[in-house]
Amino acid sequence: MSFVYERLMGGKKGLTGFIILATLILVIFPLFLDSFRLGLAGKYLTYAFAAVSLVLLWGYGGILSLGQGIFFGLGGYAMAMFLKLEASSPENTAIQSTPGIPDFMDWNQITELPWFWEPFTSFTFTILAVLILPALFAYIIGAAMFKRRVGGVYFAIITQVIAVILTVLIVGQQGFTGGINGITDLRTLNGWDITSDSAKTIFYFVTCALLLLVIVASRAIMTSKFGRILLAVKDKEDRVRFSGYDVANFKIFVFCFGAMISAIGGAMFTLQVGFMSPSFVGIVPSIEMVIFAAVGGRMSLIGAVYGTLLINFGKTAFSESFPELWLFLIGGLFIAVVMLFPNGLAGIWEDHGHKVTDRFRFIGKWFNKLTAQAKLRKAEDAKL
Amino acid sequence: MDAYTNSELISIFAMQGFAGISLFSVLLLMALGLAIIFGQMGVINMAHGEFMAVGAYTTYFLATFTENYFPSFMPYYFVFAIVVAFFVAGILGYFAEFLLIRHLYTRPLDTLLATWGLSLIMQQSFRSLFGAREVSPTLPDWLLGSYQPTETIHIPLNGMFVLGLTAVVTMTVYYLMYKSRWGLRVRATTQNRIMSGAVGINTKKVDRYTFALGCGIAGIAGAAFTTIASTGPTTGSLYIVDTFMVVVFGGAASLFGTIASAFTIAQAQSILEFFISGSMAKVYTLFALVLILMFKPEGLFASKVRR
Repeated sequence: MSFVYERLMGGKKGLTGFIILATLILVIFPLFLDSFRLGLAGKYLTYAFAAVSLVLLWGYGGILSLGQGIFFGLGGYAMAMFLKLEASSPENTAIQSTPGIPDFMDWNQITELPWFWEPFTSFTFTILAVLILPALFAYIIGAAMFKRRVGGVYFAIITQVIAVILTVLIVGQQGFTGGINGITDLRTLNGWDITSDSAKTIFYFVTCALLLLVIVASRAIMTSKFGRILLAVKDKEDRVRFSGYDVANFKIFVFCFGAMISAIGGAMFTLQVGFMSPSFVGIVPSIEMVIFAAVGGRMSLIGAVYGTLLINFGKTAFSESFPELWLFLIGGLFIAVVMLFPNGLAGIWEDHGHKVTDRFRFIGKWFNKLTAQAKLRKAEDAKL
Repeated sequence: MDAYTNSELISIFAMQGFAGISLFSVLLLMALGLAIIFGQMGVINMAHGEFMAVGAYTTYFLATFTENYFPSFMPYYFVFAIVVAFFVAGILGYFAEFLLIRHLYTRPLDTLLATWGLSLIMQQSFRSLFGAREVSPTLPDWLLGSYQPTETIHIPLNGMFVLGLTAVVTMTVYYLMYKSRWGLRVRATTQNRIMSGAVGINTKKVDRYTFALGCGIAGIAGAAFTTIASTGPTTGSLYIVDTFMVVVFGGAASLFGTIASAFTIAQAQSILEFFISGSMAKVYTLFALVLILMFKPEGLFASKVRR
């Protein structure tokens, strides 16, 4: 019990935050948002996976990855490839010159399914690919970098370059990847229509559940001995190394774990939105993910979700009415968050939140009173 | 490959090589500014591309102004524009350092985010001031046309001019950084900030002028850029990753390394571009760079300074 309470939920404070977040996304959003806004919220929650991974990487590990879009994209593309293959069965694509391959391949005069597309006909392989391929890719990058003690700024730049390479590759190899438009027209998952309203609602709740699970798992890692060492590495890497730890392995692990989380987000994105394109892979989305985490509070797993929701709803609202102002606003937000609120929303909540929670203290008092009364009654019953 | 005769191949190599030299010049001009800011000060300036765009837009503005009000001055405005671009970008950089960067010296990763925010604001300002369309200034006549050493080789004059400009700027930077008193102070501050302060160097002032100089050189790069391609609000962001790669690949604090790596990257890209598509040329070049950096993280010519 105390393991669940202290380690997974982070004690009283963490539990309160977790319950508030769960109530917001599981109860309040579905009740008060129309289906279009709920769809948007679901889409934004998939970005929150990447933001949560950045809290682990950047907030706790001190590793700024400007390439979380890579892993978000890999997860999303893996799922999209499976769905696309299902959508391009020989019956559906009978009008093409080569039936049975995705439409964009046919437009690019490709007559045979490329070898790396073949395994994505299997759903099991796709799920494994979403979970393992990005983590494996992260392992290769991480091992090459951290074992050679490349860190900080250089790591940020290299991950950014890898994001550029991947985007240019996807856009350039139109025949194999769908190019700049990405992989579109995804309709069914194992024969189940994913464009229907009921499917969208189900995906929304699955996303929420996975996100909450990811938060719990991340917190379990962060409150373990591993998490403490990771935090120590961030603050004084040399001392940890001199204490006999292989610092690189800790960094590699958290980088791979972050990649896996982001990839799950990407896969859920594809399922909910029905397409995947290179605009979710490159530099701009990757840096936006960092700002989600920064606004939410780089040390707060739950804050990252709020940061993501706030910025994205803000972006939607602003680009509907004042598209010109949005870039000024987000640019200013970047600067303000770094200079004035380095701990983001979570930091503001830490400093001023008690003023709000004090108002609701009566709930706790009332609860204590009830339990005290129940105890008293029990004792009286026992006496009788 | 059989379709080309030997002499044609030589011409192709010469011309693509020279196209590579134009790219090299712009990359080097941008990288010089960044090498000063990133290599000497350790600040990651993601808005560096936008400072280049400031230089390019300044040139465009001056060209339009001259064309409309002093048409007789047209042949000479460009030289003047280079100087103005340097000062406009430099002064903007000075204020950026004063308002933003100086509060973040102890947090390098945070400068990255703050300057990214700055770059977004600058991009939107360009869009609001000059429109979303790409613009290019009317160039003076002496920059147009090409030099033909043989029948099949055409070497554009603007490329040669930019190359000359780059040589002059590089030499000036070398003199400033390695031969002048001011450069001595900059290098002293880089190596040991506290000791430099103790011997009477005003390190804050050094920081501010170093940053302004870096941004000013980016402004010159912008002016040079207008002779080669047209400028849009997001032009700067297209070059920022390449520029960072040039600086990192060259070894952050080495001027010679920066020159060598700008040359290698630009040549590799433009020669590959002729044989395969432009996007794949970029993929191969960047991928090779990442691979090399994985085996040699300190870059081609690492500085011997211990930090």
